[in-house]
Amino acid sequence: MIRLTDAPLDSQTGIAQVQSTQAGAVVLFLGTTREFTRGRQTLTLIYDGYREMAERELQRLETTASERWSLTACLIEHRLGEVPLGEASVLVAVSSPHRKDAFEAAQWIMDTLKQDVPIWKQEHWADGQVEWVHPGLPPAE
Amino acid sequence: MIVHVRLFAAARELAGREVVEILVEEALTVGDLRALLATQVPALAPLLPHVRLAVNSSYASDATQVAAGDEVACIPPVSGG
Repeated sequence: MIRLTDAPLDSQTGIAQVQSTQAGAVVLFLGTTREFTRGRQTLTLIYDGYREMAERELQRLETTASERWSLTACLIEHRLGEVPLGEASVLVAVSSPHRKDAFEAAQWIMDTLKQDVPIWKQEHWADGQVEWVHPGLPPAE
Repeated sequence: MIVHVRLFAAARELAGREVVEILVEEALTVGDLRALLATQVPALAPLLPHVRLAVNSSYASDATQVAAGDEVACIPPVSGG
């Protein structure tokens, strides 16, 4: 199951969607908006995405994870638009018969999501600067 | 034919628009398109070596052929999560 949404992500709902009598483990990951990055203060984050492709890539992550690990259920959700401090921009919930699969799959999903899913965050810094985050790019002049 | 290239994040900001239209004589590859983008939208030139291009919502290599009606997108390094 995958979902892009402009609304807040709800961890309880996410857990409920993967919890099952077939599973002995549920792993939940939330990525949340952090206030300080290397001492610099964030006011808020805005996320934008290439929605059609982001949905396809998220689906590909779910399919690949389900082939590589023995999973009972898998949910990947990403929020777009503004994600205020402390709130979740991404939710991954994975259940499996045994915990190792759920831990490993959740970690792989997040690592791969951060490389391949066409979603971008825009930092709104407390010092007034606004910038798109593009890992690996030389800083703009 | 006209190839439409969708832009996102810093690419959109640099170009000042969401879509770039490139007029081409004949079928071309993603690599050809990358070079054309740099000359036709000079503001994008510094970013282009760092972007991936997608054709019809899938990442494409520079050898991929672009045909009329394909949707091309310029994907700068992503930062979701």
